[in-house]
Amino acid sequence: MASAAASEEAVKAAKVLMVGAGGIGCELLKTLALSGFSDIHIIDLDTIEVSNLNRQFLFRKTHVGQSKAHVARDAILKFRPNINIKSYHANVKDSEFNVDFFKQFNVVMNGLDNLDARRHVNRLCLAAEVPLVESGTTGFLGQVTVHVKGKTECYECQAKPVPKSYPVCTITSTPSKFVHCIVWAKDLLFAKLFGDKNQDNDLNVHSKDGSSSNSDVFKRDADEDLDQYARRIYDHVFGYNIEVALENEETWKNRKRPTPIYSREALPEEALKQNGTSGDCTKEHEEPSAMASLGLTNPQEIWTLADNSRVFVEAFKLFFQKREKEVGNLIFDKDDQLAVEFVSTAANIRAYSFGIPLHSLFEAKGVAGNIVHAVATTNAIIAGLIVIEAIKVLRGDYKNYRMTFCLEHPTRKMLLMPVDPFEPNKSCYVCSETPLLLDVNTKETKLREVIDKIIKSKLGMNLPLVMIGSTLVFEDGDGLEEDEAANYALNLDKVLAELPAPVINGTKLTVEDFQQELSCSINIKHREEFDEEKEPEGMVLSGWSAPVEKQVNSNGANKSAASSSSAHDSVEDISSKPGMKRKLDEISETKENCGASTSAQVVEDDDDLTMLDEDPKLKKKRSL
Amino acid sequence: MDLSKYVANLILFFRRLRIRAFRAMGGGGGGAEEELTAQETALYDRQIRVWGVDAQKRLSKAHVLVCGVNGTTIEFCKNIVLAGVGSLSLMDDHVVTEDDLNSNFLIPHDESIYGGRSRADVCCQSLKDFNPMVRVDVAKGDPSLIDGEFIDKFDIIVVSCASLKTKLFINDNCRKRNKHIAFYSIECKDSCGEIFVDLQNHSYVQKKPGGDPKQQELAYPSLQEAIDVPWKSLPKKTTKLHFAMRVLERYELSEGREPGETSLSDLPAVLALRKDMCDRMSLNESQIPTALLERLVAAGKKEHPPVCAILGGILGQEVIKSISCKGDPVKNFFYFDAADGKGVMEDIPPTPAD
Ligand SMILES: [Zn+2]
Repeated sequence: MASAAASEEAVKAAKVLMVGAGGIGCELLKTLALSGFSDIHIIDLDTIEVSNLNRQFLFRKTHVGQSKAHVARDAILKFRPNINIKSYHANVKDSEFNVDFFKQFNVVMNGLDNLDARRHVNRLCLAAEVPLVESGTTGFLGQVTVHVKGKTECYECQAKPVPKSYPVCTITSTPSKFVHCIVWAKDLLFAKLFGDKNQDNDLNVHSKDGSSSNSDVFKRDADEDLDQYARRIYDHVFGYNIEVALENEETWKNRKRPTPIYSREALPEEALKQNGTSGDCTKEHEEPSAMASLGLTNPQEIWTLADNSRVFVEAFKLFFQKREKEVGNLIFDKDDQLAVEFVSTAANIRAYSFGIPLHSLFEAKGVAGNIVHAVATTNAIIAGLIVIEAIKVLRGDYKNYRMTFCLEHPTRKMLLMPVDPFEPNKSCYVCSETPLLLDVNTKETKLREVIDKIIKSKLGMNLPLVMIGSTLVFEDGDGLEEDEAANYALNLDKVLAELPAPVINGTKLTVEDFQQELSCSINIKHREEFDEEKEPEGMVLSGWSAPVEKQVNSNGANKSAASSSSAHDSVEDISSKPGMKRKLDEISETKENCGASTSAQVVEDDDDLTMLDEDPKLKKKRSL
Repeated sequence: MDLSKYVANLILFFRRLRIRAFRAMGGGGGGAEEELTAQETALYDRQIRVWGVDAQKRLSKAHVLVCGVNGTTIEFCKNIVLAGVGSLSLMDDHVVTEDDLNSNFLIPHDESIYGGRSRADVCCQSLKDFNPMVRVDVAKGDPSLIDGEFIDKFDIIVVSCASLKTKLFINDNCRKRNKHIAFYSIECKDSCGEIFVDLQNHSYVQKKPGGDPKQQELAYPSLQEAIDVPWKSLPKKTTKLHFAMRVLERYELSEGREPGETSLSDLPAVLALRKDMCDRMSLNESQIPTALLERLVAAGKKEHPPVCAILGGILGQEVIKSISCKGDPVKNFFYFDAADGKGVMEDIPPTPAD
């Protein structure tokens, strides 16, 4: 084939950037090196963990704790010593990776695990005018897309689903799904007991209603025995707090009443004594584990309430016995065995109380850690497809760009299904200049809330700057003058209408991020009422969603957007990840092991991903 | 607080507690098989979340033989070793040459390491490092001579870079054994690839989106039966690659060539064979485009690394599906062509619709 030589030339001359050295990254680096790429730069912030080793094949047990980017580089150089690989153990959002940095590459390839970084890279690629090949996998599903400025849609042309936030009262008082119990155990109880004491927390800390606010029951009394302390906390959160909640008859009119649980019933003294005092049987060099010290071995099994209670108390005590120094600044981490034990059992005890089915430690860990299902084969396939697209990009063969889906069940005989790329969305706020609309109560909302909840979290800006007309009201980043910084700090705590340049109905905000070279405008609409359940943030951002088109599913039948949605079901939410949601919606898939509809959020790896809700508006399909 | 209600709740609570405890003692399904070790659970955490504990246990008891070590089968080997298969044996006595380095990432670019050693031998060592819990070894010998007793050691046999004659021989042998042995052949010709699957009689649990799990039975034809299917009886939309591969393997067989021992100079003879076969089986020659045959003969033994990754990934998934008896397996051909990017399943001869 005459074009083979042209491909070889293009590949040999190319300088490429890979972002992510995880599951897809390892496969991609290997396939790039074999395919003749000889100048590869790779960025990854992460270090290697044991649970990576089943698919990130460039890593060995001895590498645990080391930089993924560096170890991946060294591993590849062993079998391709003559190529140039430059590795960065760094965050792609660091300022060194600016537009000029991106401009040196012929193509950028993403093997990322989170929406935030993906959006950031998308913006830099647009600004630097470098083509981007984007990818993601979950379980047996995966996809590869090509984003070239002006030729195809950018990564953000279709709105991405935003992290789901649960109404506070569902978490604190009326859980109905296991995931609510997990959120309670992780974000409230665990954070309260072991995290930063100064953080806001909605957990009821008072032992008696209306009693003085300084009596924080979560504090250990000076002379309190650890076992006593553990039982007191147990009784407070699973017993007393439930009884307080039960007093509010209004709440339970249409709901099942929860059962208070007390340690003396759930956890008789004898049961606790069976395994002696905690910690003694844990070997010093090993990570403390409550289930290990109690002789429980199977994390796949659903434990009884008594066992959950034993593990809960044991884990609680182990934190104070073995990890006392960390108490006060712990953050939940899915790879922290003791933290997983504590959160899983706390969630189960609460679930029991509310008549919600209990879960095994293994399942609970998946929910708590938002763990993405990942297998080596899908990553290998996706990496192969990325390289095929990257070579087309290097050859300028844009007529043949495809986005490709890797499916679990064949659709029209295909397991790998290529589709023509979408055209750029003319109303995309990232790659075009369409203003957004923000509904907000300008008399009550502080600038800080708009910046945190909208500009940083929804628009994905890293170091934003906010202007009203020509008045600069906020700027982030280093190098500010002291008085400027003080001024901005003051502005943050002002409500919108009271800013130096007041923000009222009809005001236009200009928001910019210099690093991403992204600027957009937000039109403000003043609104006083917000639905607490549906609009818990008290603000609604709109204006960038693509218009909804008639949707056709893979069987050719019209399908309502909600039918494939799993948003209304508890644990299943976890299998959806931020990423390229819309596209695989058209091929709704079912996960075999848990029967959960994955409806195809596609993202590799195991980073912290938040639970998602599906927005029917996002569902759009172009006929093939 | 209402005391009587509290007491009632307590009684309810203890009743539930007892029921729970009782259930838990009975153990929740899965049979009395041994549990995975803590080490296995930690290592395989992410994939167990995809295919479940039972599949992982079955996987760890499966024995796989790979005949023919090349860039494509090495991708497959990597995938199943990472997944935690019980054992993997490699059969390929060919001494490593420089050509092998192109698509095989397990061979270091250092003649002092690979010089004089067989492909199986060099790759075996690297594969062991991927997962210390998997037994990887070298099976010396010639795939075209392996006997039934040897075959019985395996649950899965994968054949690559072998002649059609050898493939038919091994497939036939697998089918003659009392034990169920799954047979796969896989070939990569530059940017094109083919996988053939023979699971004989395979029963598995099918889970369609939104549906309940269903027991399914599939009956596979042998390789001989599949390639003997008259072309004119196949649906019009059958992948052109299927016909092209049949022409090529017939050509190699009739000329006594090693697999992949072709070049552009063979094209005229291959086109003549195409005409011959098409005439015999009443297929329009345009169903096997000259350009496609040209790419295949020119490919020779060359494997395009991204295509190796894709084929090795698909085959890995197929083998996991067949071992775990979960998920729809390919029946019975899979084709990939980087030129159009499609990865297509073909059922040959087509299973009658029920
Ligand atoms: Zn866009």
